[in-house]
Amino acid sequence: MNLQQIIDHLNLTVLTDPRDFTLIQPDGGYTSDLLSCVMAGAKSNYLWTTLQAHLNIVAVAALLEVAAIIITENAQPDPATIAKANEQGIILLSTPEPTYEIDGKLWEMGIHIQK
Amino acid sequence: MSQTRTPTRQEAHGRQGRPITDHDANAINRVEELSYDLKVHEVMTAELQMASPEMPISEVLEILRINHISGVPVVEKGSNLVGILSLEDIVRALQKNDLSASVSRYMSTKLTTVASYDPIVGAMQKFSDSRLGRLPVMDENNKIVGMITKGDITRGMLIALQKDYKEEEVRRYRASHLFDDIISDRTTLVLRYNIKAHDFTHGGNASSNIKRALLRLGADPQIARRCGIAVYEAEINLIIHTTHGGILKLEVEPHRITMSTTDDGPGIADIDQVLQPGYTTATEQVREMGFGAGMGLVNIKRCVDKMDIESTVGKGTKLTMRIYVPTENFTGRKEE
Repeated sequence: MNLQQIIDHLNLTVLTDPRDFTLIQPDGGYTSDLLSCVMAGAKSNYLWTTLQAHLNIVAVAALLEVAAIIITENAQPDPATIAKANEQGIILLSTPEPTYEIDGKLWEMGIHIQK
Repeated sequence: MSQTRTPTRQEAHGRQGRPITDHDANAINRVEELSYDLKVHEVMTAELQMASPEMPISEVLEILRINHISGVPVVEKGSNLVGILSLEDIVRALQKNDLSASVSRYMSTKLTTVASYDPIVGAMQKFSDSRLGRLPVMDENNKIVGMITKGDITRGMLIALQKDYKEEEVRRYRASHLFDDIISDRTTLVLRYNIKAHDFTHGGNASSNIKRALLRLGADPQIARRCGIAVYEAEINLIIHTTHGGILKLEVEPHRITMSTTDDGPGIADIDQVLQPGYTTATEQVREMGFGAGMGLVNIKRCVDKMDIESTVGKGTKLTMRIYVPTENFTGRKEE
């Protein structure tokens, strides 16, 4: 399952610069709004679903090398956050739906955690 | 049939280094930057096929055919540009069965040119405004010195990007041999970062710089990642909890990496308590941003081989974290 298929299926808005999302194949996902929990739980090339939309999510995502951040419930990152994400090569996606539903749909699409 | 192309100036001499500031670099991406950085004369084709106004059109058609090009500048007395003759103009002559006419009769004299010292963004603008496929390049004395096409621009960009990539590789190579090249009884590389209290905007900058530095030094990506996470949590702690910020220090040695933070207050009363998962003293405001989960030190402990906290209330805290580098991570040599 590549990121373009996920974006299409979940009807996500791409907030950062466009690129070839078909080349990105997420290995799993992690959900939390607490950055330290994300630091502990998210692995590289995971999708991260969160309500947080402020600048520091970019730093966390960059350190962990996550595949993309899906920001839920229409939380809006400010332009500085989007600029920083572009600079660091982090993909920001947005949806009006709550995290629970997005996670459910991702699971249905086959984005499971490889144990 | 292949045609040999004369190298552009860029290919022959390389791009001259024009340093850009960090501020510039943050605002624009590399390709945009290159469009200002690269000059027309660096990417243009200087080897020119030219026609003279008196030449019969049939002769120009032959030049186009042999060189696989679709237009030539028309030049008088060596380098005075007077027009352009393109395939379209030749088609017009052909329709009138007039291929023996002189070039001057059918050439376009409404000329769009670019200056050789312009950045290529100027040429790109003219291409999109005019829908022309090729533009004559003029020097400061308004003499023609070359032609530029969109293809030249693309090629020039690619060469420059490839060069950037090579430079990063060279940097990595140099950095990764640091410990081999510098001989001492004990070589330590020390990096220091000043972290300001409550500066959430720059939170994580020092950690990402540290992670990049370690990768350039040739560290195993897994070790760089562990250091990145530990140092991020420590950096954020300085931002959230300290009175005046603090200093984040990274010491790299071939066999171990030591990270530490030092601050001058407020200090921790009960160290055992702050080590409990979920214990936090962060304010509601900070917690709303997703910090203050009470997991920072727990995460650090998980990522490093050894962690020490010394603290005195009213004086400050020193946190030391250490990761041992198992094999020949930095040096390419086995530890003795």
